[in-house]
Amino acid sequence: MHDETKVQITVSVNGETYTRLIEPRLLLSDFLRHELKLTGTNVGCEHGVCGACTVLLDGESVRSCIIFAVQVDGQSIETVEGLAKNDTLHPLQELFHQEHALQCGFCTPGFLMTLVPFLRDNPTADEAAIRQALSGNLCRCTGYANIVAAVKKAVESGVGR
Amino acid sequence: MSRAGRAFGQRARRNEDYDLLTGRAQFIDDITLPDTLHVAFVRSDLAHARINSIDTTEARKMPGVVAVYTAADLGDYWAPGPLLVPPPPVKRLEFFERTQVPLAKDKVVYAGEPYAAVVATSRYLAEDAAALVYLDADPLDAVIDLEAALAAGSPRVHEDLASNVAAKVTQFKGDYGSIEQSADLRITQRFVYDRGTAAAIENRGILAHFDPKAQKLLVWDTTQAPIPIRGGLARMLGLAVSQVHVIAPNIGGGFGPKIMMFYPEEVVVPWISKQLGRPVKWIEDRHENFYATTQERGQIHDAELAISKDGRIVGVKDVFLHDNGAHNPYGLTVPINSQCTLIGPYDIPHYHSEFTAVFTNRVTVTPYRGAGRQHGVFVMERLLDIAAKKLKIDPVEIRRRNYIPPEDFPKAQEVIYQDFAELVYDSGNYLPALEKALVHIDYERFRKEQQPQALAEGRHLGIGVVSYIEGTGIGPYEGARVCIEPGGKISIATGIGTQGQGHYTAFAQVVAEILGADIKDIHVVTGDTREFHWGSGTFASRGAVVAGNACHAAALKVREKAATLAATLLESSPDQLEFCDGVVRVAGSADKKISLGDLAAQANPLRGAVKPGTEPGLEATAYFGPDRGATASGVHAIVLEVDVETMMVAIKRYVVVHDCGRVINPLIVEGQIQGGVAQGIGNAFYEQLHVDENGQLLNASLMDFLLPTACDVPTVISDHVETPSPLTPLGVKGAGEAGTIPVGALYAQALEDALRPIAPDLTICEIPLSPNRLFELVYGDEKTSPGRENA
Ligand code: FES
Ligand code: FES
Repeated sequence: MHDETKVQITVSVNGETYTRLIEPRLLLSDFLRHELKLTGTNVGCEHGVCGACTVLLDGESVRSCIIFAVQVDGQSIETVEGLAKNDTLHPLQELFHQEHALQCGFCTPGFLMTLVPFLRDNPTADEAAIRQALSGNLCRCTGYANIVAAVKKAVESGVGR
Repeated sequence: MSRAGRAFGQRARRNEDYDLLTGRAQFIDDITLPDTLHVAFVRSDLAHARINSIDTTEARKMPGVVAVYTAADLGDYWAPGPLLVPPPPVKRLEFFERTQVPLAKDKVVYAGEPYAAVVATSRYLAEDAAALVYLDADPLDAVIDLEAALAAGSPRVHEDLASNVAAKVTQFKGDYGSIEQSADLRITQRFVYDRGTAAAIENRGILAHFDPKAQKLLVWDTTQAPIPIRGGLARMLGLAVSQVHVIAPNIGGGFGPKIMMFYPEEVVVPWISKQLGRPVKWIEDRHENFYATTQERGQIHDAELAISKDGRIVGVKDVFLHDNGAHNPYGLTVPINSQCTLIGPYDIPHYHSEFTAVFTNRVTVTPYRGAGRQHGVFVMERLLDIAAKKLKIDPVEIRRRNYIPPEDFPKAQEVIYQDFAELVYDSGNYLPALEKALVHIDYERFRKEQQPQALAEGRHLGIGVVSYIEGTGIGPYEGARVCIEPGGKISIATGIGTQGQGHYTAFAQVVAEILGADIKDIHVVTGDTREFHWGSGTFASRGAVVAGNACHAAALKVREKAATLAATLLESSPDQLEFCDGVVRVAGSADKKISLGDLAAQANPLRGAVKPGTEPGLEATAYFGPDRGATASGVHAIVLEVDVETMMVAIKRYVVVHDCGRVINPLIVEGQIQGGVAQGIGNAFYEQLHVDENGQLLNASLMDFLLPTACDVPTVISDHVETPSPLTPLGVKGAGEAGTIPVGALYAQALEDALRPIAPDLTICEIPLSPNRLFELVYGDEKTSPGRENA
């Protein structure tokens, strides 16, 4: 690829503005990970199934492996790196810790970024709704039970409200 | 000793979580070095073909391409990989070693085998160029079906061998032939177990940096065994071991395939870095993971159970074929595990087992969580179920009648296990686990009330209860170094890699218990050969057992050093001292104390003189090598409901009662069980790799190969029974694989139970199942279910 084919984009990621010249075919996941060095967003399948690469695009969960970075020009992204503030975990992160909702932790950023808008939109979700919401993210280690438990606690403690 | 200690046995929250939750943790693809080049491997589309030529001309001209390599370029470096596990010393064993090669040279033997490596300035450009590497090859008939593979005239995976036989092993206990004719009842049945894949969410990867000035090789690798990788790479590349440094960073799930070594990519990528003197990275994508990461579980068993009228096992005979895939670097670990685990918790006086491992044109088989044990458990449990039905004995009762009684331990089984030692169950007590499981699953009430009531409403509920044992914590050994630092922090280094098992916490708990420290002050390093360079790796549910006991031994040595010094400083004697809350104090006199940090500073004076023979610091290294593995065991129980129109299954209740000896951290063990059960459910009911007769994988994506989701996996009710292992000071046994092992057998039993009203003769003899397959088994070739009428 030659430089004249590159495209300039400007995006806000976790509140910071970045302008970069990129190839049109660059995946958003690769853009975040390799261009911006925000490696908390993980990649497990690159075909939109596992959910590990989930980030927020203008506040909604999207899979960054099936979006081109050029598509998000002018928009705002949030990644897992934006959740904890000044070394204090986001309440959902803290609940994941308390409930042992992660083992290898590779899927975890994707789960968190799926759950943040879910809890915002469904602050009183019951277990069935929680499981449904989680079912688009694959975890191979935990068997989900403790993730479900963490989200239930989040509902109880009003994390989404 | 079942009581929890101050740290040992506590449900401690994990030390490793913070980094993982915030995205700070470093997985392989998160590590970047300046000037890194990227590799794309070019893989065969054909499962079996003779290579005429490989044309890389076009690929080399592509933008960003730095080099393209084929087998010819590797020169003397090209060699088959090491035999990682030689065959165990079983009499009259036949074994034909054929290990994987770095890049295919004359022939490709499975679809996905790499034959060229393209190196470019970005992964995108490397993949562009990879598409322009041309393979000229003549397709050969593929060897896929295990029985056809052994027929005369079958094409051969390795043409220099006389057949596709990779190994033949017979082991026995007692004399099955002597009782065969006289048994009250003999049951013969064929059982088929098919392949799945571990599908860790993180794929494999490797980043190698050979620094030509320093003449040192630094490798990050998603391996479960960094130390053997270091030794092997040094040997292959002609370097001293001290020139090679291997780090297993955070790994996004291992489950066994990441202990395989050496993968072709692990051999080729460091070599490329040495050629080019630049960092070189390869990150596997999900497709490659389906085509190139090792898999497991293909076996066909023809089994026979001889049993008395009152349901007591007289003997078992099992003859099986094991799908070895294209190569056998892992020797016989998987089929030997199947052979040995089949015996299970049962008293089987006569056992005859023989297997033939078969080369096929499929991805190589190496252990995947359970590692052959599933098959053995499936066969044994199914035989008992069939016998129970024939003899009209309750399936739970038939198990009760056959358990090895607690007074029989240690129990020698006369067969050789995967660790080359005779299989001896060190300890166990099976009945209490069964009884607990029955209470949790509410067995009596289910049979008397719930099931008939549901059926009256047209709902099909079934119950299953199965047992298993698991040989865990095998040798040879692991080591650990424990050091109290002058700041009061404690560091632990051990050689095994970590893939999410909570080692940073469990090892800290072991050491905290002895040194009276807070686990938050303990920093664990695993899988970095510069920090600790002796050991073999994380596999066979051995981390907590073997490395855990090494941590324990090292901590005891450090405590002794600390006590000796503190006794002098506090004018007391070592046996008067207590270690707690980060200080050492004289029992009974609260003000006579010194903090661990101050003590460490005193142990490393910067001026003055020390007594001759004094070792500086509060540090010690220790090793632990068990004589043999510790035998864990347990019972799984399930209540499930089948929709008889769609054959979809809903799990209503799932119980695991597990005996892994003393538990370091129940939170972590329960997590391992829950995750294992999820993987077992996938294996039992969702995950099957479908290949056609040409060896083409038909479902190589996570859209088509279904992993269970949060809607498919219930929250498991887990309970423990503790029979401490006498083989280890900590009394712990492994727990990593127990969740997955018996799930296939459990499903089969419960599904038959649920479907009895509509399919009284259904005998499930295969795993994985799926709703489709279950539908076929129940309704035959009929295209629609008669379920509506039946319901
Ligand atoms: S990596 Fe994007 S969904 Fe799997
Ligand atoms: S914690 Fe490992 S994949 Fe979810």
